[in-house]
Amino acid sequence: MNELKKKGMTIAQKILALKSGKRRVEAGEFVEANADLTITNDTSGHLLVRTFRQAGIPRIWDSEKFVVCLDHLVPANNPQTASNHNLIRQFVQEQNIKHFFDINEGIHLHVTVEKGLVRPGMLIPGNDSHCTMFGALGAFGTGISIPETVELLATGKLWFKVPSTMKIDLFGSLSQMVTPKDIILEVIGRLKADGAMYKAVEFSGDAVKTINMDGRLTLCNMAVEMGAKTGIVEPDETTMDYLKGRTDQQFHIVKNDPDAVYERIESIDLSTLEPKVSLPHRVDNVVSVNEVKGVKINQAFIGSCTNGLFSDLKIAAQILQGRRIGASVRLIVNPASKEVYLKTLNEGVLEILIESGAVICNPGCGACIGATKGVLGEGEVCISSANRNFRGRMGSDEAKVFLASPATVAASAVTGEITDPRGFV
Amino acid sequence: MDELIRKGRTWKYGDNVDTDQIYPSKYMDIHEPAEAAKHLMEGVDLQFALEVRKGDFLVTGRNFGLGSIRGGIHLAFEHLKLGGIIAESFSRGFFRNCISEGIPVLECSEVCAKVDTGDLIEVNFSNGEIINHTKNEIIKGKKLPDFIIEKIISGGSIPLVKKIFASDLKGRRENG
Repeated sequence: MNELKKKGMTIAQKILALKSGKRRVEAGEFVEANADLTITNDTSGHLLVRTFRQAGIPRIWDSEKFVVCLDHLVPANNPQTASNHNLIRQFVQEQNIKHFFDINEGIHLHVTVEKGLVRPGMLIPGNDSHCTMFGALGAFGTGISIPETVELLATGKLWFKVPSTMKIDLFGSLSQMVTPKDIILEVIGRLKADGAMYKAVEFSGDAVKTINMDGRLTLCNMAVEMGAKTGIVEPDETTMDYLKGRTDQQFHIVKNDPDAVYERIESIDLSTLEPKVSLPHRVDNVVSVNEVKGVKINQAFIGSCTNGLFSDLKIAAQILQGRRIGASVRLIVNPASKEVYLKTLNEGVLEILIESGAVICNPGCGACIGATKGVLGEGEVCISSANRNFRGRMGSDEAKVFLASPATVAASAVTGEITDPRGFV
Repeated sequence: MDELIRKGRTWKYGDNVDTDQIYPSKYMDIHEPAEAAKHLMEGVDLQFALEVRKGDFLVTGRNFGLGSIRGGIHLAFEHLKLGGIIAESFSRGFFRNCISEGIPVLECSEVCAKVDTGDLIEVNFSNGEIINHTKNEIIKGKKLPDFIIEKIISGGSIPLVKKIFASDLKGRRENG
C-alpha cells in the first residue's frame, strides 16, 4: 500500500511512533516504546522501592529520568508513614536520583511540571493515574502500576497499545465564574466514566487558545475520570511561554497532522456553559449547579492535583474578598505546590482566604485522599475542587462529596450550602 | 505457548467498582502483603477478605477498577493469588496493573448475566472461553493477544526484570 495515501496521525499516535522508532503507528497497534521520564510519590513509592529490591535490580536505567516526590501523606501522619518516607529517601541516595523532592515541595505531578521536566513530545508513564495531565504541555502522560514502573526503571521501555483519539472541540467564551473545571465536568457528564476508555482525549478548538496553563492542566488531569489513557492539548504560544525560564533542554514539538483521524468529536459551546457539580458517589453524575443549590455543606475543599493552582486560589479569593465563610462551614485550602504557595502568599491571595476563615494547609494532596488533614466524619457533606467523589474517598463511607470548581466551592463556603458562584461577580 | 487455564469459585460484583472501594485510601501506608489483603474489596463487601481463597475469581460489571493506581491493591494481590478477574470491561490502568502482576484478566460482555457468586468456573484465557460448571454453560470472552498471555503466564513485570538481570550478570561473569 502506498504510505502517502494513508491518513494522518494525531499527537498521541505520533509520540508513540517516535518513541518506538517507527514512521507511523495505527490505533490498536501494540508497540514497545522508550520512556523519557517516570515519576512516583510517597504512597506508591515505598511499595515501589520494596518491589524494586525484590526484583534484584542493581541500578535504575537512568538516574536523571526519575522524579521522586513526597506529597500524599506529608508531613508524615504516623510512624509507619515516617518509615516509608525514610525508606524512599534512602533509595534516592543509593540510586543517586537527581530529581528528588521532599515533603516541602507539593504535589508530585505539579512539581514535575513546574520544574520544566515535562516538555512537549515526551512520553511519561508514571506511577499515578493523573499523569494524564502532562498532556497540557503536549506530552503523552499515562498511569502505570508499581510492577510496570519497576520494569521501566530497569529497562527504560514498556509496551503500549496505540490509542485512538477523541477530540473535544471547545468554542465560544466562558462566562464569568465559569471555569475549565466546569468544562471537564460537562465533558465527563456527557461521555461518562468509561466513555473515553483506552483513548487519548484531545482538547482543541479556538477556545483552547484562551485557556491558560492552569486550566489546561485541570482539563487533562481529569481526562482519566472518563477512562482516558491520556489527555492532550496541542502546544502553542501559551505552552512556550510557560516553558520559558523553566527549562533549557531541547524539545521536539509534536502537532497533529492536518488530516489526522479522530474516532469521535464532541463539541462544547463555552458561552452557554453553566457551573457544574458532580454528585456523590460518581464523578460522571454531573448536573448544573442550580439543580443542587441549597444542599447544606459542612466542609469546602480547594486543592488537589486538579484545582490547587494559582488561578484556582485566586478565583476563590475574588469571591471571598471582604466576606466570611458560613459559621458552620470549614474551608480547607491546599496550594498544589511551593511555587503556588509563594505566589499566592506574595500576591495577597492567601491573606484574603485566611481572613475569610480558611485553613491553609501545606502543599500536597491534602484532604482529597481522606488520609491526613480534612478527613470527613460520618454523615458529613463536602464540596470539593478535587477529582474523585467515590464513597469513602475523603474519609467516612457515610460522608458525601460533591465535586465543583474552586469558584463554586468558595461561593458555597460563604453561604453554607451549594451555591452558584455567578451571583458573586 | 502453554495455554493459560484456571478453575475456581467466583465472587460477583456490579458496575464501576472503584479503587477506593477495592482498597480504601486509609490503608495506603500498609506495606505487608498479608495485611493489605485483609482490606481488599472492603468498600463493597466485608466478607470477601474473610472468606476469599487462593484461586478464586472476581467477576464484575463495567469499568472495574476505575480510579487510582493504588499500590495496596498490588500488595494484596501478591498475597491472595486470585485465579483471575473477569469483567464486562476494565478501567485501563487497572487492566494493565493486573497484567503486570501476572493476574489473568478477561473481558466478557455477558459474564454478569451468566455467572453468579459461588459458581465454579473454568477459564481458558488463551482462547477466551469460560466454562460455567455450576450452570453447565459455555460463554466467550474477548481473547487477549498472545504476547500479553505470555506476560501473564511468566508472572508479569517482576519475573521479566529478574530474568534480564540474571542473564546480564551471567553474561558478565562469562565474559570475565
